[in-house]
Amino acid sequence: MPRRLALRGVALVYLLVLLLAPLGMVFYRTFQHGLHPVWQALSDPFTVHAFEMTLLATAIAVPLNTLFGVLCALAIVRRRFRGKGLLNAFIDLPLAVSPVVIGLSLYLLYAPRGGWFGSWLSQHGFQVLFALPAIVLATIFVSVPFVAREVIPTLRELGNEQEQAAATLGATRWQRFWRITLPSIRWAVIYGVILTTARCLGEYGAVAVVSGRIEGRTETATTRIDDLIQNFQEGGAYAMAVVLAAIAILVLVLMMLTKPKESAY
Amino acid sequence: MSIEIRNVTKRFGAFTALDDVSLAIPDGSLTAVLGPSGSGKSTLLRIVAGLERPDAGEVLLSGEDATRLAPQRRDVGFVFQHYAAFKHMTVRDNVAFALTIRKRPKREIRERVDELLELVQLQGFADRYPSRLSGGQRQRMALARALAAKPRVLLLDEPFGALDARVRAELRDWLRRLHEEVRVTTVFVTHDQEEAMEVADRVAVFDHGRLEQVGAPAELYDAPASEFVLRFVGDAVRLGSRLVRPHEIVLRRWPSDGAVEVEVERIAVLGADVRVDLADGSGERFAARLRREQLEELELDRGEIVWASAEPLVGFASAQDAEAGQALG
Repeated sequence: MPRRLALRGVALVYLLVLLLAPLGMVFYRTFQHGLHPVWQALSDPFTVHAFEMTLLATAIAVPLNTLFGVLCALAIVRRRFRGKGLLNAFIDLPLAVSPVVIGLSLYLLYAPRGGWFGSWLSQHGFQVLFALPAIVLATIFVSVPFVAREVIPTLRELGNEQEQAAATLGATRWQRFWRITLPSIRWAVIYGVILTTARCLGEYGAVAVVSGRIEGRTETATTRIDDLIQNFQEGGAYAMAVVLAAIAILVLVLMMLTKPKESAY
Repeated sequence: MSIEIRNVTKRFGAFTALDDVSLAIPDGSLTAVLGPSGSGKSTLLRIVAGLERPDAGEVLLSGEDATRLAPQRRDVGFVFQHYAAFKHMTVRDNVAFALTIRKRPKREIRERVDELLELVQLQGFADRYPSRLSGGQRQRMALARALAAKPRVLLLDEPFGALDARVRAELRDWLRRLHEEVRVTTVFVTHDQEEAMEVADRVAVFDHGRLEQVGAPAELYDAPASEFVLRFVGDAVRLGSRLVRPHEIVLRRWPSDGAVEVEVERIAVLGADVRVDLADGSGERFAARLRREQLEELELDRGEIVWASAEPLVGFASAQDAEAGQALG
């Protein structure tokens, strides 16, 4: 018993010092002078725009990565093909590589002069770098792994007997997917979507490199927080940070609520 | 619906699961596919259902080539050893599945499901999830589900394999009666010879991917086509150079032509029958099965020397003896 208590104590102190204290500090500083300055900081048009950019990038990246993640998981678990091991390893790449490196590689690829894709695109009048497309690309890149990583083990555990049974009962491939496979993996997909969303909202490194951070145009929430701090506008930075943290906490709560109860079926 | 399997071969890598198998299953029959594990029996069933593609050969359903037909277009019901219950659906939705995807009217589905649940005695369980059923109940649900769309063939892959002995026996009887009622062509795979003999009216015996013999249970027992069938279907003991059934052994107190001198090691009374454990001169042990009256007539006792012979209906010179014979010849 004492040993278990000691273990619990260590874990709690660790969390308190390293996670909760800094987070608490942000909350404290934000609301130090009441709600009014917070509201004022948040209604700054550039701040609103930054949040809009973040939400837009998230709204594009999450559905795409959900679709890709589910398809990828199905391919890895169900099919045999050349390069399957490679695909499996590549999915984790965005987790292994620093976001700044990802940003840099996108920068090199899409640079209007000398970039492989960038030269061609700029000749045809498309600007990727320092514009919304680059922000979306960077956000997609960093949030690729989550859905696939959640779905793969669930699919493995599921096996394919239920789908075979459905086939003998007359279900087409499409019906089997919608009526058997998807309902069976739905919690994993939901969990993956929540993690992906959280990652997209919080993305900083890659976006910081490729977005250009132009106030009112290509600034996202995270890059604007950094810019505000650089310009000694701590009040605005705190307020934005609190909003981001609140969203993250909301996501965590959602995750806990959606977690299937063991006894459901 | 009749099933015809013509020269089917199936390999998994270097392993040959089925080796040039041909088998005809008549319409309305109840056939057991019997064999030890790895004999290819489940693979055969899965090929009939369309869940596996044969490397060579054809499958005909009602005389029509179905070799390349997708499983959902074969009109078969399939029951898996581990139930393959749809875990996210209630018992009712499980059983209704085949009808739901065929977009039948709601009322018709409800009536048909109620009828099936009654048939498998799960009336009170319609709104439960499969996780809250016992193994036997889950398998009955799987059977009802397979029967819902009135398939032309019912295929069962070791359907009772995961159940305990008492439930197994119940479900065997139940399957037999179901077949008498529904009369759908039924094929079930089993490794249990007793189950095959008891339930089926025809038994196909497989070994190492080959069909050894097919026939009525009594045919297999009385006229096995190979040593494997003799050994696998019913007990077999070695008497001298031959394999015989234990009940075919005759014990006498005097020597005769071809009789083997044996010592009585133990006598066990098993109701109407008696098992006599014997050992011959070379120390080889085997058991004979006698009627109790025969034992009383002989007045046998432990440690006595008697002569064992057999007038078997069947019997095979064992493989080693055949080889020895060739070497001598």
